[in-house]
Amino acid sequence: MIGCFGRRYDMLDNIHFVLLVSRQGKVRLTKWYSPYAQKERSKVIRELSGVILNRGPKLCNFVEWRGYKVVYKRYASLYFCMCIDQEDNELEVLEIIHHYVEILDRYFGSVCELDLIFNFHKAYYILDELLIAGELQESSKKTVARIISAQDQLVEVAKEEASSISNIIAQATK
Amino acid sequence: MSSSSTSIMDNLFQRSLEDLIKGFRLQLLGESNFISRALEEIRREIKVTDLSTKSTALHKLSYLAALHGVDMSWAAFHAVEVVSSPRFQHKRIGYQAITQSFHEQTSVLLLITNQVRKDLNSANEYEVSLALECLSRIGTHDLARDLTPEVFTLLGSSKAFVKKKAIGVVLRVFEKYPDAVKVCFKRLVENLESSDPQILSAVVGVFCELATRDPGSCLPLAPELYKVLVDSRNNWVLIKVLKIFAKLASIEPRLGKKVAEPICEHMRRTVAKSLVFECIRTVVSSLSDHEAAVKLAVAKIREFLVEDDPNLKYLGLNALSIVAPKHLWAVLENKEAVVKALSDEDPNVKLEALHLLMSMVNEDNVSEISRILMNYALKSDPLFCNEIIFSVLSACSRNAYEIIVDFDWYVSLLGEMARIPHCQRGEEIEHQLIDIGMRVRDARPQLVRVSWALLIDPALLGNLFLHPILSASAWVSGEYVEFCKNPYETVEALLQPRTGLLPPSIRAVYIHSAFKVLVFCLRSYFSAEESTLSFSAQEFSSASSSMNAFTYESILNLVNVIELGLGPLSGTHDVEVQERAKNVLGYIGMIKQELAEKLNLQDNETEVFRVTAFMEDVFSEELGPVSATAQEKVCVPGGLELKENLGDLEEICGEFLKPVESDSVSDTDKISFSVSKLRIRDQQEASSSSSPPHEASSLLAEHRKRHGMYYLPSQKDDPDNNGTPNDYPLANELANEISPDPFNPKKKPNQSKQRPVVVKLEEGDESRNPPQAKLDIETVNDDEYLSRAIQSALLVKNKGKEKDKHETNLNSGQHEKDESSRIEDQQNSEKKKKKKKKKKNGERSSKHKSRGRNVVASASEQVIIPDYLL
Repeated sequence: MIGCFGRRYDMLDNIHFVLLVSRQGKVRLTKWYSPYAQKERSKVIRELSGVILNRGPKLCNFVEWRGYKVVYKRYASLYFCMCIDQEDNELEVLEIIHHYVEILDRYFGSVCELDLIFNFHKAYYILDELLIAGELQESSKKTVARIISAQDQLVEVAKEEASSISNIIAQATK
Repeated sequence: MSSSSTSIMDNLFQRSLEDLIKGFRLQLLGESNFISRALEEIRREIKVTDLSTKSTALHKLSYLAALHGVDMSWAAFHAVEVVSSPRFQHKRIGYQAITQSFHEQTSVLLLITNQVRKDLNSANEYEVSLALECLSRIGTHDLARDLTPEVFTLLGSSKAFVKKKAIGVVLRVFEKYPDAVKVCFKRLVENLESSDPQILSAVVGVFCELATRDPGSCLPLAPELYKVLVDSRNNWVLIKVLKIFAKLASIEPRLGKKVAEPICEHMRRTVAKSLVFECIRTVVSSLSDHEAAVKLAVAKIREFLVEDDPNLKYLGLNALSIVAPKHLWAVLENKEAVVKALSDEDPNVKLEALHLLMSMVNEDNVSEISRILMNYALKSDPLFCNEIIFSVLSACSRNAYEIIVDFDWYVSLLGEMARIPHCQRGEEIEHQLIDIGMRVRDARPQLVRVSWALLIDPALLGNLFLHPILSASAWVSGEYVEFCKNPYETVEALLQPRTGLLPPSIRAVYIHSAFKVLVFCLRSYFSAEESTLSFSAQEFSSASSSMNAFTYESILNLVNVIELGLGPLSGTHDVEVQERAKNVLGYIGMIKQELAEKLNLQDNETEVFRVTAFMEDVFSEELGPVSATAQEKVCVPGGLELKENLGDLEEICGEFLKPVESDSVSDTDKISFSVSKLRIRDQQEASSSSSPPHEASSLLAEHRKRHGMYYLPSQKDDPDNNGTPNDYPLANELANEISPDPFNPKKKPNQSKQRPVVVKLEEGDESRNPPQAKLDIETVNDDEYLSRAIQSALLVKNKGKEKDKHETNLNSGQHEKDESSRIEDQQNSEKKKKKKKKKKNGERSSKHKSRGRNVVASASEQVIIPDYLL
C-alpha cells in the first residue's frame, strides 16, 4: 500500500533496505527492513543496480526512485545502497554507510570484496548490530566490534565442542 | 542405527557455506544449474534430525535466498526447528532465516511465540538480542500482544545493549499492538533523560517515527525534547530531534518561535554538514515564518550551492525548492548558481535546477528564462530536453496563460519548440496552439504565420512526435484563413504529396482545412466582384487588395490544384480521409461547371454563389474554449433520476448489461427502465419514424435506449432548450455568458506591450485539484489507532493531577473525536495502575521543580502544549 506521499504506511522504518552490489552487478548482500515479496526483491535489485551502476563517478550520491530516495556510495568495487524516504536526511545515511564500511574494515582488517563474499553472514551480523528496524542503534565503532567478537567467541567455543569427532560419535551412538 | 549413521556421514561430509560459496565461484555448470543442484542437496540435509547439519543447510539456503533470489518459504518450519536449538550459533542461523523469509502470512509463525519468549528471558544477552531483532522485523499483532510484558521488562534492563534494542523494537510492537502503548510508554519517555547517548538516540528515533505518523501525539513531550535539542551534542540524536520539531512546529506554530533560536545556534556552531542540512530543512519547511532563521538558512544553502561536492549542490537546490513558494527572494538571490546547475553533469541536479527556475517565472522574466532554457534544450540529451520543454509549456499556460503578455512572442516560441530536434511534446504544443487560437483573438495573425512556417517545414513531417503540432497548424490555417497572406500557398502546403506520411486522422484535418481555405477564397472573390460592380474604380483597387486580389485565373487554378491533390484520395482505405476528400470534391463538382462557364459572376443568384455563401456560414461560426464544467451547466430535466442507485439497476437488468451481440438486438426491445421509460418510448418512436436504420445506427439507438439516462437530453424533452436547433449549448454562447468581459470584435491592439484579451472561463478552466485535505485525513486514519493509544497513555499518566486541564488540551479535532473512547480507555487502565500511579506522582512532582528552571521559559509560553509530564 503506497500512501499519498509515496510513503508505505505499513512500516515505520527509516531505512527500507540495504543492498551491496558489485561493479559487475553481482549482489553481495541484501537486507530488507520493509516487507517486500521475493519477486519484488529481485525486481528492485535489478532496477536499482541498473540505475546506480550506470551513474558516473562525479555525480551526486542520491537517486530518486519510485517516490523514495536511494543513497549509495562506492567503495572500491562495491556499491553500498540504502533506500530511505523523501524527507529523510541523505547526508546522515551517507554517514551510516561510511560507518558500516569502517566497522567492516576494522573487523576484517582492510576489508575487500572477497571478505564479504566468503563471510557474507558476518557482514549481516555486523549490520544487525548497527541497525535495528531500519534505525541506527549503535554509533560507536568500538562497541560494535566488541559485541561482534564476543558473539564470535561464543560460537567458536561451541564449535570446538561440537566438531570433535568423539563428540559426534557419542551423539550418533546415543 | 542406520539413520544415525547417515546423519554422521551427512555431518562429516556436508558442504559448509564456505564450500558452497567456493563451489559457486568455480562452477562450470552455469548458475541456475548449480543453484538447483545445491538446493537438492539442501532439501536432503535439512530433513536430518541433527541440528548442526540442519542449521548448516538452512544457512546455505539463506545465502542462496539473499543473493540469488531463491525461494525459501518452504523451509519455514525447519527454521523454527533450528531456532529452538540450545546452541547460539544455530539460533543465530535460525533467527536470520526467519527475519529474512517470514511475513505476516507465514503459517508457522504461531509456533515461534514461545521460543521467542524464552529467548527474550534468556540470561545470555546475545540471545535476547537475536530475539529482539527477530521481533523488530516480523512482529505481528499476536506476537506483539503476547510478548509485550517481556519487552516491557527489557525496557528496564540494566544492560544498555539490551535496553537500546528493546527500545528499537517498541516501535514495531506499538504499530502492531497499540494497546502496548499503555504499558510501555512511560518507560520509553523516561529514557529521554538517559545519559547514555545510544539509549537516547534509540528513544529519540522512536519518537521521530511516531511524530511522523501523528505529530499531535508527541506534542506533550515538547519540553523534554526541547531539552534534548538544547543540551545534546550528538549529531545523530540532534538530527532526529530536529525532525520531530519540524513535525511539531507545523501543528503548533508557537513552538516554532521557541525552537528557532536553538536551531540557528546549531547551524552556526556545527561543522557536520548532515546536521546543518537538517537544520536548513527544518527551518525552510516548518519555520518559514521566522525571518532571521530563514535568512541564516538561505545563507547556509548558498554555501552548499558553491561547494564542489555534487551532493551538497543537489541538497542545496532541493532546500531552495522547498523555500521557494514562500520566499522567492531566496531563489532570486541564487539565480546564477541555479542557472549554472542547468549544465551540471548530474541529471538530478539539472532537474532540480529546472524546477527551481520554473518556480521563479513571472510576467517580467518569462521571456528571458525561456530564452535561457531553449538554449539549454538545444544542447541537452533528449530526456532533459523534453523535461525543459514540458516545464516551459506548463509554466506558461498556467491559469489561462496568466504570465504571458506578448502572445506573438509566445506563439513564436511554440514554433521554435517544434523545431528542437529532440522535442517529443507534440501533443501539449498542439493543444496550446489551438487553445491560444480560440482564446486570444489578437494572437491569431501571428498564429497563422507560425503555422504556415511549420506546415512547410520538411523536417516536421518525418517526426512522429511532432505530427500533432502539424495537425494544430493545419487547423489554425484553415480556421483563421482570413489572416493568411497567401491562401494559394497554404493550400499547396496542405496538399503537398508528403502529407502521405501523416496518420489518416491528421490528413483528414489537412483536407478539411484546405476546404475552408477554398471556401474563403471563393467568397472573397465573389465579394470583390460585387464591389467592382457597385463601387467606383478607385475603390475597386483598395477593396481587391484587401481581399488578396483574387483573379478569375487564380481561383480556377486553386480549384484545379485542390481537385488534383484530392483526386487520388477519394479511393483511399481510410474512411475519414475518404469522406473528407469526397466532401471537397463534391463541392468542387458543384461549382466547377458554372465557374468554367461564366467569366463574370455578377449574378448573386448563381448556384456557386449560393453554395459558397452557405458553406461560409457553416465555417464562420467561431469556436471558443469550453469550460471543464460545461457539462454540469446543462440543467437536468425534470423526471431524470441521476442519483438513483445503480446497484438496483444491475439487479433488474443484469443480464442485459452484458456486451451487446448483434443477434440479440431484437430481444432488447422488451427492456424498459422504470425511470426512463417515457424517454425510451420517445426515442423508439423517433427512430422508427425516421428512415429504416442501418445496422450501425440501430446499434446506436439500441445503446441509447438502454443507457438513455446517461445521454444528454435531446431537444424534444429538454424544457430548458431555448429553441436552437442544436442538442447542446454552443461553446461560444457558454463562454460569452460566463466570461465577465466578452471580447469586443472591433478591438485592436493599441500597443504591442498591452496584454490582449484572453478568454478565460471563471471556473473549471483548469482541471480541478482533488481536495488535499481529504487525502491527509485518509492517511491519518491508518495511524489513528496508534495515536489514540499514545494520547490515552499520556492522559493516564496525568490522571488525577491535571484533570481540569483536559478540556483546554483538546486542541486538535482528532482529540475531540476520540474523547469518548479515550475516557473508556482511561477508566480501564486506571484501575490497573492506581497503585503504581500514586508512587509515580510523587516522584514526578519533585522532578517538576528541578526541571522547571530549565524549561520554564519555553513551557510557560506554550499554552496549549500540556505539560503532562511536569
